[in-house]
Amino acid sequence: MLNAIWFGMIVLSVVCAGANGRLGELSPALLEGAGNAVELSLALLGGMCAWLGFLRVAEDSGLTELLAEAFSPLIDRLFPDYREDTEVKGKICMNLSANLLGLGNAATPLGLSAMKAMSARAGERQPSRGMVLFVVMNTASLQILPVNLAAIRAKCGSTAPFGILPEIWLTSFGALIVAVLVCKILEKKYSSGVNPWNR
Amino acid sequence: MPVIVGVILLFGFCKGVDVFDSFLAGAKEGISTSIGILPTLVGLIVAVNMVRASGLLDLVCGLGQPAAELAGVSPELVPLALLRPVSGSGATAYLAELLERVGPDSITGKTASVLAASTETTFYAITVYFGACHCKKTGWSVPAALTGDAAATVLAVVTVTVFG
Repeated sequence: MLNAIWFGMIVLSVVCAGANGRLGELSPALLEGAGNAVELSLALLGGMCAWLGFLRVAEDSGLTELLAEAFSPLIDRLFPDYREDTEVKGKICMNLSANLLGLGNAATPLGLSAMKAMSARAGERQPSRGMVLFVVMNTASLQILPVNLAAIRAKCGSTAPFGILPEIWLTSFGALIVAVLVCKILEKKYSSGVNPWNR
Repeated sequence: MPVIVGVILLFGFCKGVDVFDSFLAGAKEGISTSIGILPTLVGLIVAVNMVRASGLLDLVCGLGQPAAELAGVSPELVPLALLRPVSGSGATAYLAELLERVGPDSITGKTASVLAASTETTFYAITVYFGACHCKKTGWSVPAALTGDAAATVLAVVTVTVFG
């Protein structure tokens, strides 16, 4: 799937730039993108180390297990394969809590840690259904207080930067429900046999 | 955030965990994880930059805008809806520019704000999350996540219209 999308993005860009006479702008854009990626991963490096460090402290002290217990009713229903696996459940809970609290720079390291743990359990080349659902939940954006957005709105002169909270809650919650439902439906459809999305 | 870090450390310390040792052991993994996702980031950001610089994005937006007008939605929301799943910084820049132009408290400004806050950078999450565990297959995550993004676009328009 990503194979086809990535290929399409680049080849269509080259064709489109050729038609527009913008081919000259394409090579700086390409190299600039590669440079941006290195800058971004360096910018993430510190936060990644810090949060994975704090995560380990929370795991060693049993705090993540407590969190996993507390969220068990919800997590067990969404991720039935990890019902007995407090390590994976703890990591999933840490990531989902960070997302809810709007700690974007913490959510990614915690999420990657959860993915690695789940992938170690899966052992095969196919992602487990838990991994797919977990990624899908991370592509949705449910948070209690979208502070970054409010800051942009305030800077642009909004009289009520937080005035649209109910709309945001309804929209993000609705979108999350839709994404999870579609994910579960596709999971039922493809869990046995060939999965056409996997190419 | 500082409170959360404080609680984690206090809890660990009271439980008798060697908190600094634990921290170092965990932090060490951050290095390999960060380096591990670098190829994924390069691939993704290069592709997104090329789509924007080549004018392909404008072309696709141009195709989507008549449809938005038919649906009674401001066509200026189309670039945001298309940019949001692929580029977080691109979407933020477009949102700031749009809010500056139409006003953050106008209907279009509100809808754009709700849309930007209610979805994540879908392709970034999918590529980085699967890339970090060296998983080449992504299962059915792309169609499921994109359906969620489409739902967010519709819901943003609907909720802002209903609540005014």
